[in-house]
Amino acid sequence: MSASPFLVLSAILFTIGCIGVLTRRNAIVVFMCVELMLNASNLALVTFSRVNGNLDGQVAAFFVMVVAAAEVVVGLAIIMTIFRTRRSASVDDASLLKY
Amino acid sequence: MPVPLHESVPVVDPSAASGVFSLLWVIIALPALGATVILLLGNRRTSAWAHLLGCATVIASFVISVVVFIGLLGRSPGDRQVGQTLWTWVQAGSFRADMAFLYDPLSAVFLLLITGVGSLIHIYSVAYMEHDVRRARFFAYLNLFVASMLTLVLANNYLVLFLGWEGVGLASYLLIGFWQHKPSAAVAAKKAFVVNRVGDIGMALGTMLTFATFGTVSFAGVSAAADRAGDTTMTVLGLLFLLAACGKSAQVPLQSWLLDAMEGPTPVSALIHAATMVTAGVYLIVRSNFIYQQTEVAQTAVVVVGGVTLLWGAIIGCAKDDIKKVLAGSTMSQIGYMMLAAGLGPAGYAFAIFQLLTHGFFKANMFLGAGSVMHGMDDDVNMRHYGGLSKAMPITFLTFAVGYLAIIGIPPFAGFWSKDKIIEAAFAHNLVTGLVTLVGAGVTAFYMTRLMLLTYLGKKRWEKDVHPHESPKTMTVPLIVLALLSAVGGLLILGGWITNWLDPIVGQEPEVNNQINVVVLSLIVLVTVVVGMLIAWLTVGRNEVPRTAPSRVSVFTRAARADLYGDAINEGLFMRPGDRFVNGLVDFDDHGVDAVVNGTGGAFGGMSSTFRRVQTGFVRSYALSVLGGAVLVVLALLAVNFA
Amino acid sequence: MVAFWILAPIMVVAALGILFARKAVHAALLLAIVMISLAVLYAVQDAPFLFAVQIIVYTGAILMLFLFVLMLVGVDASDSIVETIKGQRVMATVVGLLFGVIVVFGVGQVSLGVVQGLSVANKDGNVPGLAQLLFSRYVFAFESTSALLITAAIGAMVLAHRERLTPKPTQADVAAQRMRDYAEHGTHLGPLPSPGVFARHNAVDTPALLPDGTPSDISVSRTLQSRGTVRTAPSTDVERLTRGPERPDDLSDLDGKDES
Repeated sequence: MSASPFLVLSAILFTIGCIGVLTRRNAIVVFMCVELMLNASNLALVTFSRVNGNLDGQVAAFFVMVVAAAEVVVGLAIIMTIFRTRRSASVDDASLLKY
Repeated sequence: MPVPLHESVPVVDPSAASGVFSLLWVIIALPALGATVILLLGNRRTSAWAHLLGCATVIASFVISVVVFIGLLGRSPGDRQVGQTLWTWVQAGSFRADMAFLYDPLSAVFLLLITGVGSLIHIYSVAYMEHDVRRARFFAYLNLFVASMLTLVLANNYLVLFLGWEGVGLASYLLIGFWQHKPSAAVAAKKAFVVNRVGDIGMALGTMLTFATFGTVSFAGVSAAADRAGDTTMTVLGLLFLLAACGKSAQVPLQSWLLDAMEGPTPVSALIHAATMVTAGVYLIVRSNFIYQQTEVAQTAVVVVGGVTLLWGAIIGCAKDDIKKVLAGSTMSQIGYMMLAAGLGPAGYAFAIFQLLTHGFFKANMFLGAGSVMHGMDDDVNMRHYGGLSKAMPITFLTFAVGYLAIIGIPPFAGFWSKDKIIEAAFAHNLVTGLVTLVGAGVTAFYMTRLMLLTYLGKKRWEKDVHPHESPKTMTVPLIVLALLSAVGGLLILGGWITNWLDPIVGQEPEVNNQINVVVLSLIVLVTVVVGMLIAWLTVGRNEVPRTAPSRVSVFTRAARADLYGDAINEGLFMRPGDRFVNGLVDFDDHGVDAVVNGTGGAFGGMSSTFRRVQTGFVRSYALSVLGGAVLVVLALLAVNFA
Repeated sequence: MVAFWILAPIMVVAALGILFARKAVHAALLLAIVMISLAVLYAVQDAPFLFAVQIIVYTGAILMLFLFVLMLVGVDASDSIVETIKGQRVMATVVGLLFGVIVVFGVGQVSLGVVQGLSVANKDGNVPGLAQLLFSRYVFAFESTSALLITAAIGAMVLAHRERLTPKPTQADVAAQRMRDYAEHGTHLGPLPSPGVFARHNAVDTPALLPDGTPSDISVSRTLQSRGTVRTAPSTDVERLTRGPERPDDLSDLDGKDES
């Protein structure tokens, strides 16, 4: 089976994730959109591994998952800390570094 | 009839100094030492003895000058040039200038004049400046002046001459503005310095041009090579030195400072602005005769300058009520005579120097006399407040009268002999120059007689509470000495002594055929002088002299009172355009350069205050720009891969 | 490929749902749909190990972590529709769509050649093949990611840790505080009744009654109250209860009938 549909799907998912990051205000939903982007790139990696006939792409996707896990842990801990002090989970509220 | 250019001009070729001539440097060192000591120790510490030190140094210099003069007399006429080199001053590549002196008949005459008249004026100043707190400093400056003037006349190259030139300029500035608390004195000092500076440009450029042309600045070197240089170069040199001389000698067009310089104490006016500094210009021209001999244009320029100035000064002197200003105008006029004579070439050099000598005597005499009058009249300079002083101050009157007779040219006083010779030479040169000098003589007689009438004769017009008295001996003795010199100074012409004395320097006086018989010419001059005296007596002596200057006067009087609009011309031609130019530059700097600089800064500031709005603080806007960048990257990738 | 064409639209719709969902929990659940579909696609593409890992790690661990934090942070917090930053939404959509179009176009232009397939690489099995790579060529990356995980765990602990500002009150302190509250404010001294003591019904939306017959606010969840879905206790019940039974062992009228 050809690889292009998978790649197109991956691109679409990635795009939707991007727009989500830019549009949503809840920090956790933004994070979820980032996860969506990562997953889309995982799909592309697996597809290319199949195209090239070796497992390097899958290993890479595996590593992406591991790193995403670590990232989610720390990211959510940060969001929690911010929420505790500021009582708000909106990304727009952390806007003090401005002109 | 133009004077034929000489093929052979006397070359400066000094022999080494030995014996008594090795004392040459002491002549300069003594007053320099006096000035240094007094200035370093300060006014307060030296006020008890500074005047004594000042007088002692100059008198000692005079004694040594007499000794070396006698030494020079003892030599044969062809062997009368002595040089003394102290050290190498400048050695830069091919340029070499030594701190060296040249003692020859011309310098001998000047040395005696400067130290002799200088000593008398120093003695006079002891009493004149008695009540001044800063008298010690005054003597320091006077010594400084004498040292600089001696350097000027003893120099054997243009660079050392320039050193002395600048030194006398400095001393003149310090002494004119000696009474610093008077704003008018400070302004006058500044004016003198600035106008002198214009002349100094000529001196500096001339020296540089000398080096550029001849590779040396010493008189020996230049005189040896003078006939080999190009005509234009020599003309330019001559004109540059003429500019320098105009500045120092207060000739037109740089004459505006001399009358203002009368703000200084009277001994200063006597020494610097009558006898010595203002003659430096004439000295320069006579000393550079080897240059002027090569260029007729420059010589004519000198004659024109001299002629114009002698009339200019005389006309100004006619309308002034300030006794010192009349004498200053007279100085300007007499130096015009000297310049005119110097411009006539070998025919006139000796007479220019002769006139310089006699003028030194009688002008210093009259200035000191004016000082004596001011001393008695509570420092009032207005002649309209004088009158009838001949009885109150007899010695002053008599000595002044001798000087007066000398200046207007009544035989047998000194002025007659010197001025007559100049008028003779002028007529031999050209009818116009002759007439100018003749008219000048008449006008001189007029204003000097006016001065005598207003000051010493006639009814008393004194201010209340003014009791004129004779001055102390320290003031009257120099007056008497100078009066004697004014009387007998003419003896120098006996047997043509002065011309023979100066021959080795200025060249043989050519045979002139006078159109007019010499005796007849003298009579014509005398008649002109008497006419001048008569006019003065008719207009001034006979009528009641008003105590305040009348305001309804002829246009000539108004012009003369305004210095023939010399200041107005300077202001209009130089000051105002210069002012506008400088203001324009300041504006350019403020609004042009600063605007560019500040504008650049402002532009950046404006840009940054616009661009800072990008920093909204919202993560999402930043993420949007990141996405935008990613779009660009992808586009670039595609373009590269599929192009 | 059949699986792909079925799952792909579902995934796209779910992703768009994440974009437009108002409540964060809905977005999380939609993300779960996407992730599980992705797992299936991995399986379709001869990556069984990744299929398993995706479900276990991504959906099972990471997404659950998301849900936990959502609960902690506030599950009822919902984004408002109105966009606060001017032009953000429009620009985001435009640029995003542009990006998507360009990438899709680029992908379409790429000629990948023949798909080689993983039959050779997977001949010893997918897991041994992965292990072969992981512990030879990528062992260094493997070790670093392990360090990364340890660091992340410690980091999370540090970040989530709440430093005590005051010493932890002991049992004696709590008891003394209770006494003080009773003395000053008249707060009830004893322990709170265990759940169900005053309950009339074991539905979560029926409030318990206090001894004087008024419904107790604290017996119903605040969420239900704010939603307005709390049942009221019938007044007759109150009267009946306070009256007490006519016959001591008659318990028939203790059933909570809804008479609202």
